[in-house]
Amino acid sequence: MRSAIPSRQLVVLPAWNEEAALGGVLVEIAETLPDVDVLVVSDGSTDRTASVGRQAGVPVLELPINLGVGGAMRAGYKYAERHGYDVMIQLDADGQHDPRDVPKLLATMEEHRADVVIGARFAGTGAYTVRGPRRWAMKLLSGTLSRVAGTRLTDTTSGFKACGSRAIALYARNYPAEYLGDTVEALVTASRAGLVVRQVGVQMRPRAGGTPSQSTAKAALFLGRAVLALVLAMTRPRDAVAERTAERTPR
Amino acid sequence: MSGYALSITLALVFLALLFVLLSTRRLREKYAAIWIALALGVCVLGAFPGLVLWLTRVTGVEVPANLVFALAMTVLLAVCLQLSGEISTLEEETRTIAEEQALLEARVRALESAATAQASQVPQARVPALGSTPAAHDEQPLPAPHARATDDAPAPTDRQRVPGTRG
Repeated sequence: MRSAIPSRQLVVLPAWNEEAALGGVLVEIAETLPDVDVLVVSDGSTDRTASVGRQAGVPVLELPINLGVGGAMRAGYKYAERHGYDVMIQLDADGQHDPRDVPKLLATMEEHRADVVIGARFAGTGAYTVRGPRRWAMKLLSGTLSRVAGTRLTDTTSGFKACGSRAIALYARNYPAEYLGDTVEALVTASRAGLVVRQVGVQMRPRAGGTPSQSTAKAALFLGRAVLALVLAMTRPRDAVAERTAERTPR
Repeated sequence: MSGYALSITLALVFLALLFVLLSTRRLREKYAAIWIALALGVCVLGAFPGLVLWLTRVTGVEVPANLVFALAMTVLLAVCLQLSGEISTLEEETRTIAEEQALLEARVRALESAATAQASQVPQARVPALGSTPAAHDEQPLPAPHARATDDAPAPTDRQRVPGTRG
């Protein structure tokens, strides 16, 4: 049963000193997603990120200090909740995520009645390869999270995701700001709160500044932190999701 | 119980406590890192006492116990330094937030008095609103909020909502 009221959708771009790429991304979004609202969250940027957003006619949340992706996103989720958005999409401000994949995420959300849909970089689409300890860490993460979420998840550190109103309510309250918290722990929190998590394959575009090199030491450190983040996420007290009230589109 | 077994047990109890604190978010990962390293270090030294003796020889220290104490003091010093650094950062952030809040308050007051002046139709003395252009008392929304040639005029009209977003 779908009501005639169309759902209100918001794309949130967390941006820290992205004055170079942001303008282009906003133009792209305006062209490919004309009916979707946009919010830029400037995470304590010292460059002209916020003015780029304003010049594009888009609301900008200007955090006075740098909080990290998790901090910026929770502000975004709070905004989405207070403005009554039904769907919120998280998209990188550096051009790595393709706005044309957003309808894919929304379609998957509709099809699976999912609360969270991840745009996965390695689900068969695209050639994104990693090696060594980093690969083991990614495998550990995807294996564990797949079991927790009850579905096949291959990319658990993707910052490209769409959230429904239940997830928005949860994340407005509780969105970790630590490293890997904004991706891994956010998914674990959602699953353990009883939300439906799904993924769909997307093509990741190369970052404008080239690919970052990963030394073995850094990759090993990443593995260690991933394990810690995972263990903590699994053992934290569950977050109760509020009862679904006044949903605009009854399921 | 031998001294080594006791220290290992205590270290494990300490690790469990750290875990609980981390899990309930009373401790952040970055602060737990040094404590975790310390607890693991104690476990290793307790399990392999020969390591301490080897370290003593290598560093030229006379009494092994002194080396252990020195290491412990170094760890505590590192923790103190970390905390001092974090507090300094927090103070700077607090300053910034306080400033922004005060500036925001001033803008809101200016907006309020401009709105009141407009509503009451009483010719008010033109109080220059802090950080805004003289056209600040204009309540009409900008027709094209994105068509701004020069940016960063901190006009209150920045806060006009883009058509399409709600309250």
